Amino acid sequence: MHDIDARLGRIRGDVPPQAHNARTIAALTSNPGCARRAIMDAAGIDKPRLASYIGFPAPFGQSQFAITRGNAFEAQVKANGCAELLRLLREQLGLPIPEVSYDDLEEVGGHRSQHLRHARTRSLLTRAAGAGGDAGTLFDHPLLRLDVGGRPVYLEPDLIAFRLGGRFHVVEIKSFAVIDGQADGDKVAAAAIQSAVYVLAMRQLLAELGTGPEAVAREVVLVCPENFSNRPVATLLDVRQQLTVLGRQLSRLDRIESLVGLQPPGLTFDLELDQAGVPHRPAAELADDVRTVPARYAPECLASCEMCFFCRDEARGQTAALGRAAADELGAVHSVQMALGLADGTLTPADDQAEAAALLREAARLRRECLGETA
Amino acid sequence: MSTLTSLARAQAVATGTAQPVCTRRHVHLSDRPLVLVPLVLAGEANAPLAALVGDDSRTGRLLVVSQPRNRDRRFAFAAELAHIVVSYIEGYYASAQAVPGGRGQDDRIRFADAPQLVVPNPACIAFVRMLGRSTRFRRPSGEYAVDPAVPVLGRWLSYFAERAEHPGSCLLLAATDAVALHWASGQSPVEDLNLAALMGWIDPPAGMTGAQAAAAGEDPVTWPPAGPATDPTFDNEVLAQLIAACDLPDDDARARQRAETALQAALAAQVAPTWRLMWRAVGLLRGIPPGGRVAARWDADKDSFTSYAGYLRDDGPPQPRRDAAVAAALRLNWLERAQASYTAQRAMDDPLVMAEHRLAGEAFAGTVTAAEPGRLDSSGKRRKLRPLITVTTEDSPRIDPGVMLVSPSRPGQQARVISVSAAPVQPESAQAVPPPAAPSPATAVPATAVPAVPVRSRVAVVLELAGGMGRALVPEPGSVPEPGERLCYTTLTDSYQPAGSFPDRAGTPWTHGGPPPEYVPADEDASEAWS
Repeated sequence: MHDIDARLGRIRGDVPPQAHNARTIAALTSNPGCARRAIMDAAGIDKPRLASYIGFPAPFGQSQFAITRGNAFEAQVKANGCAELLRLLREQLGLPIPEVSYDDLEEVGGHRSQHLRHARTRSLLTRAAGAGGDAGTLFDHPLLRLDVGGRPVYLEPDLIAFRLGGRFHVVEIKSFAVIDGQADGDKVAAAAIQSAVYVLAMRQLLAELGTGPEAVAREVVLVCPENFSNRPVATLLDVRQQLTVLGRQLSRLDRIESLVGLQPPGLTFDLELDQAGVPHRPAAELADDVRTVPARYAPECLASCEMCFFCRDEARGQTAALGRAAADELGAVHSVQMALGLADGTLTPADDQAEAAALLREAARLRRECLGETA
Repeated sequence: MSTLTSLARAQAVATGTAQPVCTRRHVHLSDRPLVLVPLVLAGEANAPLAALVGDDSRTGRLLVVSQPRNRDRRFAFAAELAHIVVSYIEGYYASAQAVPGGRGQDDRIRFADAPQLVVPNPACIAFVRMLGRSTRFRRPSGEYAVDPAVPVLGRWLSYFAERAEHPGSCLLLAATDAVALHWASGQSPVEDLNLAALMGWIDPPAGMTGAQAAAAGEDPVTWPPAGPATDPTFDNEVLAQLIAACDLPDDDARARQRAETALQAALAAQVAPTWRLMWRAVGLLRGIPPGGRVAARWDADKDSFTSYAGYLRDDGPPQPRRDAAVAAALRLNWLERAQASYTAQRAMDDPLVMAEHRLAGEAFAGTVTAAEPGRLDSSGKRRKLRPLITVTTEDSPRIDPGVMLVSPSRPGQQARVISVSAAPVQPESAQAVPPPAAPSPATAVPATAVPAVPVRSRVAVVLELAGGMGRALVPEPGSVPEPGERLCYTTLTDSYQPAGSFPDRAGTPWTHGGPPPEYVPADEDASEAWS
């Protein structure tokens, strides 16, 4: 444990690690086979900064309109001790919630230290769990901790938890609209997997206290604006499947130690600044170091990973860059040049390429037949 | 997606230009499509910000909502858009045509042509659907009254968005879909959703490769996103200040006027590049000769358009918020049949699309090597004309005896497979297309033994023909393929598929919630918040 910590620390260099949040952990599940991403995330590398520095700034910006709207909606739901949220839980979901109090754990006695906040979260949740019945409290911003790749990471909180019927429930507030009972599928999927991260983290916390996983409900409450208004609506979302996926991916991340072991001993993505305020390592050198760790680029990365433009550039000429469908079709044929060589018969396929090669030659013949010799 | 398309993508990477995956155009293009480039405000539920709309590349109208969170401004925008879109649509009411009714039915009348909306990408189709949803329940009178054109716009947009889900319908097109249907770029389908990048691959500016043009197309400064989402950097650095400046009290009319002009100019600059791209895309597609069955599909669109126009004229209620169970099942069944028919039609129209099915073993093309045109089947009570032909092909058909096939060039004739067998292997003749074609995957030779002398395995398929040969026991001249003729046969069929049978609305089973309540337009629908 100590070795790997030291090793990851060296990879990160002399800068503080990036905190994880539910979003980054959820993103781990989207491309679990990518060693580059796994190592960077485990080491807490500032990926957006790294990507910009080596010349491939991430394509993700967030519009201030979206941020404002998200914050305003969350504030509205949480206003006056979560009055609106309570109404939703009682009226729309029919939950028999008694009078409750509201505990904001965003800071503890004026301190925002993660350690303190986590300790406070722990003791409050422990007390609530131990109280037997329903303690009648909404916990806002509890700071949770989750083991990622064998290392505990703090989760920047964005949730409310409450206890009902002897079980904790997670509430996730999102500002995308639910229109006629339907919402954007991608956004719901993202919200579900993020909520699952919280459920998992709460289960882990309670497990440390000897409480079983059933102490946290696998149904989460999703609160979104209804139709085209600002009026919130609550929906129960079963995240059982997401929990399974997440559990599986996190357990696979446990091999981070062996993954790091495969990298050259001097590997570092150090972004430490010199006196002039720029990283002291030249960008080209850093980019070379990034290249030593294999990535598994797929065009879907463009939606989720800050390193995507770098990896896409690197994958130019690879069949993986042409999309999942093309990569699957071509199987063991990894490069575009090889695909073309196999198609025109100038290359001889290896055993595992025989089937794809036969199809490619057939496809080339058909294209020539239909388009003439030019194709 | 097939190996054929993957190969085309690989060729696009190698050549630096997009490669055709069709030899015919499979979408109908109106002479006067209404192009719509919408923008929305980030974070809100479909809050329109701007739209550039028009049926002529030179005279697009820019509509701007200077305060997108203001309900009145939104409805003013919806009303302006409604006047443009609805008058464009109703322009098609002017001329009608008579369609001969089949089998003892009377002729019917339908509009001679139909409107066509073209938007940049599938996300803009979702915008059209949502704008339709947020406006179709409104009312021109009572509390929260809106311009009478607004609910009409809502119904039409809902209709167009719903119709866009029908395979082969062209009433509402997304430019990226229509273009990507015909070309394979050297990038992934995910990246093809960026119209500027996709068009860069197909039609790069002089002195640039497709790859370079595509990379340039991803720069949001020169090529702002094609909508409906805006570029976040533009939002933060330009739009926010301009919108704030428009939010001035009424007494400073001149300053507000200035601010609104500045906002319009900024938004015009965001949509103008996409506008030009849209018309270029339309022009590119027009340059491909249309497939033979495109017109018939457009006729179906005209029928559908005529029917919905009639429904609106008869004051039919707006589309429900959600389909009831039976309606949803019917619709799904219809979509499935439309998909099968569209797939078959595209293949029959276009040899390169058919090639995908040949590669998959669902079709083959070859030469007639033997024919018994006068063969009679006398096993039944009456003798029937059932010629036999043998087609020899280099393809690898995966078909079994007994399967019914049809040839695109002889759609009225069915062919039953009698046998499929390996034909004698022939050495490659000198004039045949180099380099070697693949042996069939089933008989693949070891990888190292790629033959120096090309040898092709050939398959002989014996077919029994029925139909399309006249009524006599001797086939009409030319109705039976002759030796030497090149033909394609496929398992795909575009013949009539009966609809599934479903209960009527009142008979909705309890498993599906029982009969749904009758839809009654409610006041709360009409006054729903849009904030």
